[in-house]
Amino acid sequence: MTEKQFVITDEAGIHARPASALVGSLSKFKSDITMEFKGKKVNLKSILGVMSLGVSSGSTVTIAADGEDEEQAITTITEVMKNEGLSNQ
Amino acid sequence: MKRTLSGIAASNGIALARAFRLETPDLTVEKKTIDNADQEVQRFESALSKASAELETIKERTAAQISDKEAAIFGAHLLVLSDPELVGPITEKIKSDKVNAEFALKETADMFIAMFEAMESDYMKERAADIRDVTKRVTAHLLGVTIQNPSLIAEEVIILAEDLTPSDTVQLNPEFVKGFITDIGGRTSHSAILARTLEIPAVVGAKKVMETIENGTFIIVDGLEGVVIIDPDSALIEEYQEKKASYDRQKAEWAKLKNEATVTADGHPVELGANIGTPKDATGAVDNGAEAIGLYRTEFLYMGRDAFPTEEEQVDAYSAVLKAMDGKPTVVRTLDIGGDKELTYLDLPKELNPFLGLRAIRLCLEMPDMFRTQLRSLLRSSVHGNLKIMFPMIATLEEFRTAKALVIEEKEKLAAEGIAVSDSIEIGIMVEIPSTAVMADVFAKEVDFFSIGTNDLIQYTMAADRMNENVSYLYQPYNPAILRMVKMVIDAAHKEGKWAGMCGEMAGDEIAIPILLGLGLDEFSMSASSILKAREQISKLSKADMATHTERILALATADEVESYVKDIM
Repeated sequence: MTEKQFVITDEAGIHARPASALVGSLSKFKSDITMEFKGKKVNLKSILGVMSLGVSSGSTVTIAADGEDEEQAITTITEVMKNEGLSNQ
Repeated sequence: MKRTLSGIAASNGIALARAFRLETPDLTVEKKTIDNADQEVQRFESALSKASAELETIKERTAAQISDKEAAIFGAHLLVLSDPELVGPITEKIKSDKVNAEFALKETADMFIAMFEAMESDYMKERAADIRDVTKRVTAHLLGVTIQNPSLIAEEVIILAEDLTPSDTVQLNPEFVKGFITDIGGRTSHSAILARTLEIPAVVGAKKVMETIENGTFIIVDGLEGVVIIDPDSALIEEYQEKKASYDRQKAEWAKLKNEATVTADGHPVELGANIGTPKDATGAVDNGAEAIGLYRTEFLYMGRDAFPTEEEQVDAYSAVLKAMDGKPTVVRTLDIGGDKELTYLDLPKELNPFLGLRAIRLCLEMPDMFRTQLRSLLRSSVHGNLKIMFPMIATLEEFRTAKALVIEEKEKLAAEGIAVSDSIEIGIMVEIPSTAVMADVFAKEVDFFSIGTNDLIQYTMAADRMNENVSYLYQPYNPAILRMVKMVIDAAHKEGKWAGMCGEMAGDEIAIPILLGLGLDEFSMSASSILKAREQISKLSKADMATHTERILALATADEVESYVKDIM
């Protein structure tokens, strides 16, 4: 399993547009990918799951990928986070 | 069947086409027990793929016809359709509970809707609407009913609806939508204003359209008279085709006045400006012969998005308008939000009386950081043209002084940073609250200009909600009470050597124009499509003549008396 933490810097937190980009970029991965925020863990391939966390600006989320392509998945997530202005880590 | 219906003439022009009813079908879902779960899951999957295909088409069309930004929302809807956390539990439910797909979908979606609605931020609460929207689409396919999408219309139609929301109206393609008729709404409702911007004939407040007219019926909409004719015979069709042609000819005549100055028959120049909502509208304003922008509503820059526009985005928008106007006066109204106009990312408490609540300048002074960003953006843009800053909803002199002080502070900060700002920016106010109209003589010593916002001034003076049809008879622009107040404002401005304009609907009204000319109004700002007509009318009127009538007009007792008096002298 590969894990990585991100501090969300977008003023509006994880809102619909970047959340769509994030979820949309993951459909091609076979790994199970989750995002954890304030003790709640959701499927990162689920737009409803991601949105339901209501992640606000300045908070830290932990993303974990588990499967054959877990490392590529984390790399993609890091890129999307950067491109969408969500986080620069 | 009744052959004609009448309503409020909301946007000029005539259209003849088939009726297209825009309505929500009955999507009531009943719980049923099913025998073959696999078959039911298949039915569900097939509805999902039909809904996806439909959304793909809508997304592509929206991207092509409107913008990628508007299309993005449908991208999010597509993701909801393929969401494992939604599709998984529904499939499970069909199999384990042996229930029909519609019911399993409803139960699961309702759980998500409730979850989002319970969230604290208004923005997240709004996401419940997205889930509802997607659920409706799939349910419709399961039930075998059609959900209409106005952006998919591909033949000439006249749209009929109970009411049109701003999001419905952006989906209308003017190439095919020749006109529209709504049951509710008035001349100043959003759909009416949008119809005038798109130059589509419209009749609103026609009350019984949805009850009376069936889909596909041939109808005529006369946006000049506010009349709808149902299933006309060939003689009537011919008559209206002639009327349409003559209106189109008239429009072509007006077009010749595009580059002319606006001068009265006795040689007095006045300024005709346009009211705009987006930088794109500035081009339309110039094309329609605008000599100025009398009202740029900046709130559109803040609406339909999920975070405040940044300083750079604002500078881009304001600069684009100033550049398009090429040195012509451009009055930019600072953010007029709150009350009925909400921003999803701004968590404002619900108010009992939004029109009397925390809105416009009141909200801006309450949130100085947000306001300072807008002022700073305006100041930075000022070097690109002739900027005038206008504060909305000013009720007291203190409000004006506080707002103006913020402008001066931001200007000093920019100067310290070495950023250029124009030195000739006028700072004025909208007069739309009676207290300010009454105190206009005092305000005139401190402001650079007044612009009378009649839509709200009438609503506040008559104590009549302009969205409430039951009191729409009180929306009386010609009421002598309003005219007397307008006179007070104009006189007060002139006494201090300042100018007075008007940016409400009344400024483009053919009965009001002669009166306003007589009262000495300097600037008339209206929908771009009304400018050329107003220019022609003014060129035939003598200001001196009109001035001789004003005393008598202001002494009349009722709005009706004023209207007939003006009609008599014209």
